[in-house]
Amino acid sequence: MARMKFLCDADRCIECNACVTACKNEHEVPWGINRRRVVTINDGKPGERSVSMACMHCTDAPCAAVCPVNCFYTTADAVVLHSKDLCIGCGYCFYACPFGAPQYPKVGNFGSRGKMDKCTYCAGGPEADGSVAEYEKYGANRLAEGKLPLCAEMCSTKSLLAGDGDIIASIYKERVVKRGYGSGAWGWKTAYKESIAS
Amino acid sequence: MTGILARARFIIGALLLLFVVAIVAPVSAQQPTRVNPTESSVKEDQLLQQMQIINGRGSLPDAKSYNLEQPAGRDWRAFQDVTLPWIGAIAILGMLALLVVFYLIRGMVKIENGRSGRLVVRFNTFERFTHWMTATCFITLAISGLNIAFGKSLLLPLLGAEAFSGWSQWAKYAHNYLSFPFTIGVVVILLIWVANNIPNQIDIEWLKRGGGIAGHDHPPAEKFNGGQKGIYWIVVIGGTTSAITGYLLMFPFYGTGIAGMQTAQMIHGVVAMLFVAAMLAHIYIGTIGMEGAFEAMSEGTVDENWAKQHHSLWLDEVKNKAPSGATPRATPAE
Repeated sequence: MARMKFLCDADRCIECNACVTACKNEHEVPWGINRRRVVTINDGKPGERSVSMACMHCTDAPCAAVCPVNCFYTTADAVVLHSKDLCIGCGYCFYACPFGAPQYPKVGNFGSRGKMDKCTYCAGGPEADGSVAEYEKYGANRLAEGKLPLCAEMCSTKSLLAGDGDIIASIYKERVVKRGYGSGAWGWKTAYKESIAS
Repeated sequence: MTGILARARFIIGALLLLFVVAIVAPVSAQQPTRVNPTESSVKEDQLLQQMQIINGRGSLPDAKSYNLEQPAGRDWRAFQDVTLPWIGAIAILGMLALLVVFYLIRGMVKIENGRSGRLVVRFNTFERFTHWMTATCFITLAISGLNIAFGKSLLLPLLGAEAFSGWSQWAKYAHNYLSFPFTIGVVVILLIWVANNIPNQIDIEWLKRGGGIAGHDHPPAEKFNGGQKGIYWIVVIGGTTSAITGYLLMFPFYGTGIAGMQTAQMIHGVVAMLFVAAMLAHIYIGTIGMEGAFEAMSEGTVDENWAKQHHSLWLDEVKNKAPSGATPRATPAE
């Protein structure tokens, strides 16, 4: 099976935020939650870079390790998913996540958190693939239809890559060789404990 | 002749031009590859070395989303998954083992001269209400908190995912909402008993003589002895610390960021584990550890001989306050 990863080529990202919008629309993500976001570092200064970031579907994911009810699971494609039926909204995954992926809808007073929501790599949840229940809780399941995450699929500059880790890494490496530069695969060291030479 | 010369001049000129072009061309061809747009660009490694959290700017209204990376989450994870369970297991199981061993060696501390049948009022209704409100909340908070730390290893395999999640959800609600009466209880405890809990010379003497726990010596003590004062300050300081750190977690991003919440959770966890261990000792000595102790908090009264044995100075004080000649009478527990 493939080992699915995300890779954002910061030298190509033009901060158009289309990935953010596509994600919100595809999954009908609730108000106030953004599964994907674009962050610009050193905005307005020479050498600024924008990186599109969501859940990186880490190897040995910290969220899964700290979850007190073990609501996380990793699919055969190495996508990190969770069950909203089991989630108790404690917030631990959110303290542990290096990428700020888990978010909570506020459902009541005293900061009581609802069920955690995060990027599913367009792979839905534990419910039957493509079912209404799955869509309502987690959004579309594109992976089950043989499609890759929409954010990466529609990226106009092909900055955001999704797919098997080895394949997207080789695409990125080829780019770096051809153009002669690359600021590296952001988050890879933290998420996958590996980096792509730039 | 002139034709040949002209031709030769043309060829030489052409060759020279070619030569010049040949020299210049590679230079100009190399020009684009020397431009490296990443030269001045931000580098992830460098940023991670400089700071704990990489953040920038975004276009979403939620400013928290501008944090790109915070690998410190991994350190917190190690604490959560390894350090805290160990601290908890050692503190709580260690205390339990200690109490069992102590009970086997020392047994229940008896009222040496037997019961006199005369009762002395020790805690009034309000004191007892405060104690039991705080105690009930504490036990619920402790169980629901320990469930977060150990539940998935101990209970989850027994209950199954669904039932364990359902229970944990209610435990979380209980933990969040019972924190309020617990905090009120701690504040009231602080206020009603602080005057009796200032450490003094008598406590040092009491501690030096083993507090009557280790041997059969009964050093004089006021309303609260050195050990009880210790428990009092553990409750006040431990309760305040866990309340403050707990509320920081209950109200995310009010006054803290992610790093702050990680720290708050770590303090909350460690203090709570030690707190539970200390309270086990408190529960022990208040129940099976000492004859005649539990009724102080349940009925509000103690036997005079118990008071004489454990709190001689306090008994003198109570007797002096009472009408001359009269022994403190049995007072109904309201």
